[in-house]
Amino acid sequence: MGRYILKRLAISVVTVWLIATCSFFLLHALPGNPFASTQVLPADVIEQLMKYYGLDQPLWDQYLKFMENLLHGDFGYSLKYAGQSVNGIIMSTFPVSAQLGLQAYFLSLPLGVLFGIIAARRRGKAVDYALVGFSVLGVSVPVFIVASLFQYVFAVKLGWLPVAQWKSFSHTVLPTLTLALGSIAGRTRTMRTLMLEVTAEDYVKTAKAKGLSSAKIVWSHQIRNAIIPMIPNLGMEIVGILMGSFVVEQIFAIPGIGAHFVKSVTSLDYTMTLGLTVFFGIFVVGANFIFDLVYGLVDPRIRVVK
Amino acid sequence: MSERILEVRDLAVSFDTYAGEVQAVRGIHFHLDRGETLAIVGESGCGKSVTVQTIMKLLPSPPARIKSGSILYQGEELVGKSDKEMENYRGKEFSMIFQDSMTSLNPTMRVGKQLCEGIRKHQRIGAEEAKAVAVNMLREVGLPNPEKAFRQYPHTLSGGMRQRVMIAMAIACSPKILFADEPTTALDVTMQAQILDLMNQLKADTGAAIILITHDLGVVAQMADRISVMYAGEIVESGTAAEVFYNPCHPYTWGLLGSMPSIAGSSRQAKEELLSIPGTPPDLFAPPAGCAFAARCSYCMKACLKADPPEFTADDGHMARCWLLDGRAAPVTPPVGRKAPAGKEGA
Repeated sequence: MGRYILKRLAISVVTVWLIATCSFFLLHALPGNPFASTQVLPADVIEQLMKYYGLDQPLWDQYLKFMENLLHGDFGYSLKYAGQSVNGIIMSTFPVSAQLGLQAYFLSLPLGVLFGIIAARRRGKAVDYALVGFSVLGVSVPVFIVASLFQYVFAVKLGWLPVAQWKSFSHTVLPTLTLALGSIAGRTRTMRTLMLEVTAEDYVKTAKAKGLSSAKIVWSHQIRNAIIPMIPNLGMEIVGILMGSFVVEQIFAIPGIGAHFVKSVTSLDYTMTLGLTVFFGIFVVGANFIFDLVYGLVDPRIRVVK
Repeated sequence: MSERILEVRDLAVSFDTYAGEVQAVRGIHFHLDRGETLAIVGESGCGKSVTVQTIMKLLPSPPARIKSGSILYQGEELVGKSDKEMENYRGKEFSMIFQDSMTSLNPTMRVGKQLCEGIRKHQRIGAEEAKAVAVNMLREVGLPNPEKAFRQYPHTLSGGMRQRVMIAMAIACSPKILFADEPTTALDVTMQAQILDLMNQLKADTGAAIILITHDLGVVAQMADRISVMYAGEIVESGTAAEVFYNPCHPYTWGLLGSMPSIAGSSRQAKEELLSIPGTPPDLFAPPAGCAFAARCSYCMKACLKADPPEFTADDGHMARCWLLDGRAAPVTPPVGRKAPAGKEGA
C-alpha cells in the first residue's frame, strides 16, 4: 500500500509538471501581449512593462524562471491587477468558491442518490415519473434561468433570502441551491439507472431467495454496488464544482474564483492563468488519487494488494 | 417417504412484453415427495427456470404473470401470496442454488455476511450465534478453512468453493425443498462430481427434497429419482429415472438421449455418430396449435399438427404427451432405450 501511494505520488508530480509546461508554452504561443488589449499605451511604455515583468527575455529563460518560482510555490504577480500576487488572489477568492462548491456538493450528493433510489424502487409509478421529470428539467434548464427564478421567487417576492452578495450564511443559500440543482438532477438520473441495472443482477435474486425483505436488499446489496461506477465521476465533479461557477458567481455577485479564471485567459494575464491552471491541476490530480483509494474501499475486487 | 410436499397443478406463466405475451410455461403439473429428487430436463428456454422461480416467486411481476394453476406447498396455496408473506418461505422452507456462483454472490460483501443474513432472518439469533452457525455450515459443505472463508470476498474463492458457499447459503436454514438451477453447469467435470456428491450427502443428512434443473443427462442419472422432460413450456414426458432412461416414450426424449455421448458397452455402438435434434424450439409468442415438437419430429403424423396431444400413460406413473402412444398410431421402434412404447390411452 505504501509503495502504491509513493508511486501514485511520483506520477502525480510528473502530471502536474506536464500540465504546467504545456499550459506555459501554449499560453505564450497565443498572439498578442497582456498590455495590448485593454487600453492603448505608447510603445515605449509597453516595452518598459514587458521588461519589468521579464517578458522580453527569451521564452526558455522565462520558462526556467516560472519553474523555479513554481517549486517555491510562488505563482508570481498578476499582470492585470497591479501589485497583487496570484497567490494572494487565490487565497482570497478560492475559499469563497470552495464554500459554495462544497455546500452544493454535499447537498446534491445525498439528495441525488436518494432520489435515484426512490425513483428506481417506484419504477413506473407517479413518484418515478415526477423525479425523472424533475431531473430532465434540472439538467436542461440553464443555470442563469434557475438563478434568476430563485432570486425572483425567494428574494424579491417572498423576501426570505437576500438577492445577492456574500455576507452571511443566508446569502449562500440561493447560490448553493442554484448550483446544486443541476447536480441533483443529473445524479438522480444516473443513480436511478444504476439501481435498475443492479436490480437485474443475480446476487439480488440470491438475496431475495434467502428471504430478505426488499428494503433490506436495497440497503445492503444494491446501493453499494450501484454507487461503484459513479465514484470516478464524483472525483471530477468535486473539482469542477470547487473551481467556481462563473455564471452563478456573477449573478449572485459572489467574489469567487470563477470570474478570474475566465477573465485572466481573455486578457492574456500569463501569471494569473498559469497560476490558476497549476492550482487546479493539483486539485484534479489529488482528487483522482483520493477517489481511486475510495474506489478500492468500496469495491474489494480492485483493492490494491498490500 | 411418500409424503407429498409440493404439488403444482396446471401452472401457466406468461411474460407480458411490448412485443406481446410470451407463454413461458403452458399448463404443467408435477409433484414432489419428501426426500426425493426430481429432475427437470430440457433445452434452454423451455421454461425450467421460470417454473422454479415462479414457485419461489422470484420473478419480477410485471412482466411475469401467473395465468392459471396452483402451487401447493404442504397443502398450502402459494399462488396469490404477497412478496411479504413469501419472505418467510424463501430461504427457510425452500431455497435455491443458482447456476453461476460468480454473479450470484454479492461481489462487495464478505462471504460470511451474506451467509449470516439469511440465518439471522429466519432463526432470529444474534450476530455471534449466526457466525457460529455460518462457520459450521461452511465446514459442512467442505471448505478447508471455514473461518478464513467467512471473512473472504467471493472473488478470492475458486468456482467450486463459491458453489459450496452457495450451497451452504441454501441449506443454512434446513429447507424442505432445495431448488438447484443448473448447479454444476459453470463447473469443470471433477468439481461437478464433488458438488453432486455433496448435494446427495446433504440430502441424505437433512431429508430435503431436491428439484434439479439441468440439461445434463449425466447429472440426472447420478441424482434423480424421477424425471420430467420439458419442451416449449410443457412437460412432455415424466416418470421415474429408470422409466425415462430405459423406456423413453416421447420422440423429444429420444432426441435428448440420442444426443448424449455414450461410452462403449452401452446400448449403442461406441463409434456411432452423436445425434442432434434438427430445428429450433417454437416461438412462445405464438405456440403452434398441435404438438409443439411436431416441426422437429421425424415421427410426425397428421394428427400431431392439428391437436396438442393429451397425456398418455405408458406405465403406472409414466406419462408422455405424444400421439404415438395413441392406439390408432402405427407402432414405431424408438432409436434409443430398451423397448418400444406400449401405448394405452389415459389421462
